[in-house]
Amino acid sequence: MRKVLFDSFIHGPLTEPAPEPDAAGLAELAKAVNRAARVKLGRSLSIRQVDAGSCNGCELEIHALNNAFYDLERLGLHFVASPRHADVLMVTGPVTKNMREALQRTYNATPDPKWVIAVGACAADGGPFAGSYAVEGGVKDVVPVDLHIPGCPPNPKALLAGLLALLQNVA
Amino acid sequence: MALLDNIAHRETAKQHRANCRPWPRTDVGEEGWHQAIDLLAAGRCTLLGLWGDAPVVHMALQSEDFSDIAVVSYTCKDGTYPSVSARHPPAGRLERAIRDLCGLDAVNAPDARGWLDLGFWKVRHPLGKATPARKPQPYQFLPVEGEGLHQIPVGPVHAGIIEPGHFRFTANGEHVVRLEQRLGYVHKGIERLMQGSTIEQAGKLAARTSGDSTVAYSYAFAQAVEAALELKAPPRALYLRALMAELERLANHFGDIGAICNDASFAIMHAQTGILRERTLRTAEACFGHRLMMDAIVPGGVARDIAEGGAQALQALLTEVRRVFPRLVELYDNTASLQDRTVTTGFVKPDYVRLWGAGGYVGRASGRGFDARRLYAPYTQLTFDVPVLDAGDVNARVCIRIREVEQSLALIEQILSRLPAGKIDTPVKPKGKACEGLGLTEAFRGDVLIWLRLDGKGRIERCHLRDASWFQWPLLEVAIEGNIVADFPLCNKSFNCSYSGHDA
Repeated sequence: MRKVLFDSFIHGPLTEPAPEPDAAGLAELAKAVNRAARVKLGRSLSIRQVDAGSCNGCELEIHALNNAFYDLERLGLHFVASPRHADVLMVTGPVTKNMREALQRTYNATPDPKWVIAVGACAADGGPFAGSYAVEGGVKDVVPVDLHIPGCPPNPKALLAGLLALLQNVA
Repeated sequence: MALLDNIAHRETAKQHRANCRPWPRTDVGEEGWHQAIDLLAAGRCTLLGLWGDAPVVHMALQSEDFSDIAVVSYTCKDGTYPSVSARHPPAGRLERAIRDLCGLDAVNAPDARGWLDLGFWKVRHPLGKATPARKPQPYQFLPVEGEGLHQIPVGPVHAGIIEPGHFRFTANGEHVVRLEQRLGYVHKGIERLMQGSTIEQAGKLAARTSGDSTVAYSYAFAQAVEAALELKAPPRALYLRALMAELERLANHFGDIGAICNDASFAIMHAQTGILRERTLRTAEACFGHRLMMDAIVPGGVARDIAEGGAQALQALLTEVRRVFPRLVELYDNTASLQDRTVTTGFVKPDYVRLWGAGGYVGRASGRGFDARRLYAPYTQLTFDVPVLDAGDVNARVCIRIREVEQSLALIEQILSRLPAGKIDTPVKPKGKACEGLGLTEAFRGDVLIWLRLDGKGRIERCHLRDASWFQWPLLEVAIEGNIVADFPLCNKSFNCSYSGHDA
């Protein structure tokens, strides 16, 4: 283990500079966030990820946010294990009929103030799964959405830019 | 002896081959269907798939030496067929799914509960004679009796960044007495969406069946379409497909090895393999324009040739992995506290793996040496080992992945040195009559089977996608028995079954 640790030490961090907050996201959020919430939350946000029917592609890229290159936590953003600890729900997938109730319950279990980010093309409007007997549609058809991050799947940089837009509005 | 020689059928061998390519399909009556079940029950062949095509039920079989594959088809009378699971348990969930989707009933099936239809759809039997939904019945979990038992329900929303599913644990103190899974939460109705769609639209859906295996799914879909239309992708395309498939395997294996160690609280491995995974995805993007290489494989060939500078990016990746990975393997092997968690944990008996025909690292860690890559080009022209172990525990499933990383590196090197020049695609033209094809590829977690029937205009009449997870999820239920609840994440990650691929 010493060898691996020493190697990491002498090579310095791999972490890259964070991207600029997403401009489209900033505009979308301008109306969603009020000053009172900013005072409460400071510069830190807890995120609960909910897969409401995704193919798992978006999850892979959300996972990547925690790797050494993107290191999400340095920005005050971290993933939590329960909606009861969360400020933000990051929802992926077309919402399947079978997940609708679970998503609603997760939303209801999240304390106010809270924001919902719909991640990926499917979360916007159902994507290629729209119209299926088993699919409800986009996330906004089930819970209110504050920000969309497009892409199939969005790459970690796009995810980071979206999250920073949220952070800039909230904090 | 060919598989179908043991099964009474009506057509000639020539007709079988014309029915479906590259492997034959034949219609059977009551006698032939029962003979197929006999072969399964006697362990003389493996169940490769079972799906509805109302009013027909198709069953794909694989010979003991893995080389021969055949499909037998039974036309239901009054919407029923003789149950396979009554004598061969691995068919159980597949029969339950067929009932939910197609409304075809397996007579004498031991489990009559629903599987994918959780009671939230507006229709019943969306792939059969669709009727309005009925009021949902509460789901009955299997009864568990004994002193001092308690239940722990988990999911569908889990604590990590993972897919949804429900696990019902029955525990005695810390020890799991029974795990029962309930899946279907991410069922998107992909097979219904494909019906009547163009090959291109269906290909996009196939690529989004299980995002971590998008290359393997596009690959199997392309194989099935090409087999049906009797097309051949150019040699360069075949090599580029294998290159993408190996990059996908590398990225997933890196992610899994780290995540399994992370579930044993060994975070340094997760951080280090996370770097390798990210480097692999960036190389994939540099070569093929997309980190997961989604939609890069299309029927007829590949959508994109390797970008300029791609070969150098791949060489740089190989050099970096060869520099770092052996040290991480050494770290894994020499950390006693980590081995303490993975060795003997989550044991799966070789007998179960054989019975279920489990593919991928789940099968290969318990002595079943099947790797679908042995069956198709360009792998048939490349040199690689299929590592097999007998220990059947979490450690063995990690070790298989480690060995497979090494094999994938060698394969990428071979592919780069032999990459043929020339075209990367061939036009896909409808045949003017209905035709069927099968595709079988090795995703990182196991074999993906895709069967489809095209109409004369090249539209999809019916397509079925079977993820490797169908034959792995049930084994996780036995792997966890007798282990402590806290080891479930470790066991689960060592299987890393797909929810989306299974639920489809």
